[in-house]
Amino acid sequence: MNSRLLLLAAVLVSGLLSAFTGSMNSYYVQILTFIGINIILGVSLNLINGHTGQFSLGHAGFMAVGGYTAGFLTTKLGPSILAAMGGSTWWSEAVLFSGALIIGGIAAAIAGLIVGVPSLRLRGDYLAIITLGFGEIIRVLIQNTDAVGGPRGLTGIPGYTNLFWTFAIAAITIYTISSLVNSTYGRGFLTVRDDEIAASAMGVNTTRYKVVAFVIGAFFAGVAGGLYAHSTRYLTPEGFTFQKTVEIVIIVILGGMGNNAGVTVAAVLLTVLLEALRSVSDISWLPQFVRDLTKNRMILFSLILIALMLLRPQGLFGGFRKPKRAAT
Amino acid sequence: MSLSDFFQQLINGLSQGAFYALIALGYTMVYGVLRFINFAHGDVFMIGAYCGFYTAHRIQTLFGERLALASAIAVLVVAMIICAVLGVVIERLAYRPLRSQPKLAVLITAIGVSLFLEYGGQFFFGAIPQAFPELIPDRRIESLDPLYVNTNQVLVFGVTVALLVALNYVVKNTKMGLAMRAVSQNATAAQLMGVNIDTVISFTFALGSALAGAAGILFAISYPSINPLMGILPGIKAFVAAVLGGIGHIPGAAVGGLILGVVETFVGASDYSTYRDAIAFAVLILILLFKPAGLFGKATVEKV
Repeated sequence: MNSRLLLLAAVLVSGLLSAFTGSMNSYYVQILTFIGINIILGVSLNLINGHTGQFSLGHAGFMAVGGYTAGFLTTKLGPSILAAMGGSTWWSEAVLFSGALIIGGIAAAIAGLIVGVPSLRLRGDYLAIITLGFGEIIRVLIQNTDAVGGPRGLTGIPGYTNLFWTFAIAAITIYTISSLVNSTYGRGFLTVRDDEIAASAMGVNTTRYKVVAFVIGAFFAGVAGGLYAHSTRYLTPEGFTFQKTVEIVIIVILGGMGNNAGVTVAAVLLTVLLEALRSVSDISWLPQFVRDLTKNRMILFSLILIALMLLRPQGLFGGFRKPKRAAT
Repeated sequence: MSLSDFFQQLINGLSQGAFYALIALGYTMVYGVLRFINFAHGDVFMIGAYCGFYTAHRIQTLFGERLALASAIAVLVVAMIICAVLGVVIERLAYRPLRSQPKLAVLITAIGVSLFLEYGGQFFFGAIPQAFPELIPDRRIESLDPLYVNTNQVLVFGVTVALLVALNYVVKNTKMGLAMRAVSQNATAAQLMGVNIDTVISFTFALGSALAGAAGILFAISYPSINPLMGILPGIKAFVAAVLGGIGHIPGAAVGGLILGVVETFVGASDYSTYRDAIAFAVLILILLFKPAGLFGKATVEKV
């Protein structure tokens, strides 16, 4: 299978890349890591919002669940687990880290199940509000949980994330979601998006597809959260606000809803653009007004959203898809 | 909970619910004519408060402490007019070009507009909360002892009721109101009968945004600290109120707002006060699961 070879190649390349991390500027390594994490987030949200056509605004919430779970495991329970495996060697750390990532992903998937269930009855605007509310509730719950540091945040997370983990998982995410959507089973996601009534009339279990999309999307968001936690080594509830969700939503819309390749490119573009803006705000000869404006990324996000919807609703790389006939 | 406590919380809840009712009306009217949720509505409420903040300072330097009531009314009217214009401009620039597009495109644009108002506001007004000037001296109404009722609470409730009566008149007794009701029943048929849909939609946005602006002023009078993100939570809760009453149903939005305000205040006074802000979401989830059409709405079946 061609795509399996590609996946293998991507994992090998990320391994190679990781071997040269030592000779790279750590700032660039950080940016590359964020690119990988944003690819995972974008592609996983694309399954919910793009392929299945549900509009979720809770992705930062799933990411927080996964990040906090994984971070809690490695920070609080990690030392004793490592000791049980005979000290801290590279493979025992790898076992611990991958285990923590998977458990974080599963925790996020359970959260996705909880959110997915109301989506059985809701669509469009209502679902957007519910998922937004859910994302906020998660954040408030974390803020009130002392075991993970509450509002002070979870500190001292070991820095296990490297380029190998990040890009290998990004490649696995793209591979899994693309294969899923392109499989016979996965056609169901697209029918739910294109015409839910017709799909259910044809015997597609639309409810089940919606929940599956939420669970799988949330799982990968949780894994991305785990990678993020072990990269920044510090988590606060403030890192998972609505702003983070908007960032992921923009990646999906920019790349074109339901277009995994486009979303991947958009994740790279947006991450680099945001970092570039950071340096623009340091250029001294620019007027103060422009420098202030570039520091406020939410203004930029909002303008990108509005402009994209008005000018290119199919995204930068999306092919033209005939707009669905509005229900009368 | 003693009887006087009960009435005290009821009064607090009703004055809290008055804001939700005013904002919810804008959501529900726009939904009536356009069938979409104007996410940016809560931020129009915030802009209303800031309009009041800037005009109040101007007016107070002009008139000083004299004519407190007249200047308060002037501030209210100015904010309502500015918000009405803002609502029309938002609809014209951001929503109208997308009217033939899928609902999702409009929803995303609305989120964009909302974020733009919030963070643009933060950029232009500053992120630090500002102290809203005291327009009318606030004092306790002693004759209602042991209940604790402020003149401002009476004012908020009075202005809300007056605006609701005025809105009811506009919707029921004017030609434009008739056109609004016609468009919300069936836009295509209304157009065939000679109703100019664009005008009606602009008018609806103006009306809803003016009410949100008024709510912004009343809110700032009651809680005199305003910031550019203050519209998010009341906006979401007012949306819940609109859904509670049955979205698209105008009296329903007002009743839903009052109910939500009362429920929230009672929870806030109970042992579970830390969950006060989560109540709105719990209410929303319960309604959507058990009675998606709301208290007064008619259940509709989607036609293929």
